[in-house]
Amino acid sequence: MSPNIIAYAIVFIASMAFFSWSCYRRFRLVTLGVSENRFNKIGKRIWNMLLYAFGQRRVVSRPFGVNHFVLFWCFLILMLANTEFLFNGLFPDYISLSRLPIGANYVLSFIFDIISLLALLAVCVAITRRLAFPPSYIEARSRDAFIILGMVGTLMIAFFGLQGSEIAQGTQEAARYMPVSSFVSSIFMSNASSQALDWLSTFFWWIHAITLLAFLNYLPYSKHMHIMTSIPNCFFKSLEKVTTQPREEFKKGNAFGVGQVDQFTWKGLFDSYSCTECGRCSDVCPATSTGKLLNPRLVMHDIKTNLLKNGPLITNNKKRKSLPLIGDDHEGSIAEEVIWSCTTCSACMEVCPVFIEHVPRIVDLRRHLVEMKAKFPEELLAFFENMEQRSNPWGIAPGDRAKWASEIDAKPFEAGETEYLFYVGCAGAFDARSRRVSVAIATILNAAGVSWGILGKDELCCGDSLRRLGNEFVFENMAKENVKMFTEKGIKKIITECPHCYSTLKNDYRQYGIELEVIHHAELINNLFKDGKLKLNGVIDLSNVAFHDSCYLGRYNMIYEAPRQVITSATGQAPTEMEHHHDNSFCCGAGGGRMWMEESTGKRINVARTEEALKLNSDTICVCCPYCMTMFEDGLKDKDADDRVQVLDLAEIVAKAIK
Amino acid sequence: MLVITCIKQVPDTTQVKVDPVTGTLIREGVPFIMNPFDAHALEESLRLKDKYRLRVAVISMGPPNTEITLKKALAVGADEAVLLSDRVFGGADTLATSQVLAEAIKKLAQKEEVAMVICGKQTIDGDTAQVGPGIATRLGYSQLTLVDHIENVDLQAKKLKVRRKLEHRHEIVEAPLPAMISVVREINHPRYPTVPMRLMAADATVTLWDNKVMTLDEETIGLKGSATQVRKIFSPERAKGEIIGDGAKDPNEAAQLLINKLLEKNLI
Repeated sequence: MSPNIIAYAIVFIASMAFFSWSCYRRFRLVTLGVSENRFNKIGKRIWNMLLYAFGQRRVVSRPFGVNHFVLFWCFLILMLANTEFLFNGLFPDYISLSRLPIGANYVLSFIFDIISLLALLAVCVAITRRLAFPPSYIEARSRDAFIILGMVGTLMIAFFGLQGSEIAQGTQEAARYMPVSSFVSSIFMSNASSQALDWLSTFFWWIHAITLLAFLNYLPYSKHMHIMTSIPNCFFKSLEKVTTQPREEFKKGNAFGVGQVDQFTWKGLFDSYSCTECGRCSDVCPATSTGKLLNPRLVMHDIKTNLLKNGPLITNNKKRKSLPLIGDDHEGSIAEEVIWSCTTCSACMEVCPVFIEHVPRIVDLRRHLVEMKAKFPEELLAFFENMEQRSNPWGIAPGDRAKWASEIDAKPFEAGETEYLFYVGCAGAFDARSRRVSVAIATILNAAGVSWGILGKDELCCGDSLRRLGNEFVFENMAKENVKMFTEKGIKKIITECPHCYSTLKNDYRQYGIELEVIHHAELINNLFKDGKLKLNGVIDLSNVAFHDSCYLGRYNMIYEAPRQVITSATGQAPTEMEHHHDNSFCCGAGGGRMWMEESTGKRINVARTEEALKLNSDTICVCCPYCMTMFEDGLKDKDADDRVQVLDLAEIVAKAIK
Repeated sequence: MLVITCIKQVPDTTQVKVDPVTGTLIREGVPFIMNPFDAHALEESLRLKDKYRLRVAVISMGPPNTEITLKKALAVGADEAVLLSDRVFGGADTLATSQVLAEAIKKLAQKEEVAMVICGKQTIDGDTAQVGPGIATRLGYSQLTLVDHIENVDLQAKKLKVRRKLEHRHEIVEAPLPAMISVVREINHPRYPTVPMRLMAADATVTLWDNKVMTLDEETIGLKGSATQVRKIFSPERAKGEIIGDGAKDPNEAAQLLINKLLEKNLI
């Protein structure tokens, strides 16, 4: 059937014009962002798009994602049907399924019929979920969600109504191949008069057309803009480690970090358009789940809101920004407390189905606060000064760096003489507890006959916390000094005790033109076991070891199995896993410079993580990171469990086993 | 109007060791820092600048590398930096130092009226706390030491009201301007430099005044002008106390030993 072509043409043209204008207004704002190349390695990018957007790889990693997968593919397939529908209304004699060869028409009609039913079911499932089992981490009952689900549902019902009435009229050639529509027709329309059928088909036709065009026009103004942006966002996915922030150019006249929305790169802005508010990032965020103000989803939402509000003013050259990007905690502004709550654990980015880059955006904002405003929690002042003056967080005299090695025979690193530099790190050198870990590592290296040396009092901090806290200026100076020293001393292979040193030397320092072979002690020990260089002196009796994945080892560098294999070798049994483990691990609370800040809002992250470990009734918690060590030991004290549960570094367990 | 902050570049004393043989400070490889009390003095000057629209000048007497420390002062917002550096200024004690600084302040005062001179209460290397008062005396300024809070500055009436932190009490003092105040750490938290300011300071010029500019009588400055001289520096013998237990090795045992000891002495 065809409606009044003139009336439809007016509606169609008006809708398309408004849709184009909306898209133009929205996407033009993205171009306000700073330029950034996300068009290199096209092949790799297309592959990512196929895998993550069309394959919905991350979406389906959670059970409910399957429903989205179904809706997504239904939507794609029905796009064909809907395009045909929209143009058939304008050119009924030229564009029509019935003009296809008979077989093709039947096949497509059958597919559209079945797929429409599937889509309708998926919509029902989604509505039921939101009403009956709303997930805690999203605004499950938002108006936006119900409007869009209602529209999709209406569209499907209109489809069946239209097809059903056409079948009843006998005008649908492919009727035999449309089981669902035929069923609808036989149930509701078999006794209708031809006049009623005429009326019904016109009614459903218009409902279908108007819903479809309304849906299209609603998209740019809702969270469902992701329907347009998430596929390209997977194409634009960072091909480098997204956790390694880009450098800044310290030139006079430059601005540093991001203090207003157009200082983000265009991709940073595009990210905010791609957020579906699925809430997975909020669900895994250690800050959100312990009652902090930070919620990664809302950070994206605020960036988007800010862009929509300020963008038009910026494009019209009105310098006045009506809404500050960093300000009070209201929609469109990000509060300072939010910015400082992030542990940079990267859990949000690990789960985001469309690869939104939350952590680099937060670091951008921190850079602005530190570098442009010198505004940060006051406890960081001493930290920054200690780092700058004495190259360690506590401000301890650098001359004391080698004191940990007073009981063992640690030689200075000599190029040609020693193979590895053992980069002890600040905690390993100064923190009383971690010094015992340094000794354990040294013992293992000696037992395995590894050739190693230290820098002693010449060792400098790697600068990890500075970089994550947005103090890029001081970080850059430290990185340059370290790179200079490593180059001068001929250091190429480095063993680290701390995952933060590991990640910084290995990933961040590459930006300074140095490729180091960096190995964390967990990996090294695992290799030594594999190569038979490390022999156990009987298996030690540590029953039920709970293993904690450090963010900077796991999510940052994909090292998950090496420490587990070492525990299995040393204790004779695999470690027990906490509720959150591997890439879904839960931060200890100390990353991103949080180690040096107070945690006064909500529950302490380390206590939450310790409680998770205590649920396993383990007598030992195994860590691979000095920060995690401190956080767990504090957590155990908080829970009065330090007399029955011990925290050991992986190296300490192995050192016991080889004695 | 000008607020002048006097700054000294000192060795980072946590990293200074005394050579047991020669009895002198081992300065090699020891980084220099802005005397921490002076950082508080500078911060207080900058707050006055923000509040009363004054200009802040920093002055320091020292070797040429003191320029680095003065640039740090420019990076947090000082408007002008003057380095008093000349071989003939060297070897000065507090008497000769305050002479050069006071003359430099006079010189600055010729161009612009000076409201206040702010110093740290003492330096962490010399620990004398004499230079500030020396400057005040030579210039005839009001002398307000150990200030932990500036209550009020009245530039019209040329009056200043401050709170002094004494051992067991506070003292609120009013004095006419110009005044020299020396500050304690509690007065404020020094600010942190922004990157644009650091970059600006890196290229900024520090005015150098040697004795050709100052034209001071060499008998009154440097080693010659000093009434005191350092004969020997040494670490004092530990007269009292003992180290009990090794806390790094066994904190529990060390704590127990400490408790026993304190109980034994009836201290707890």
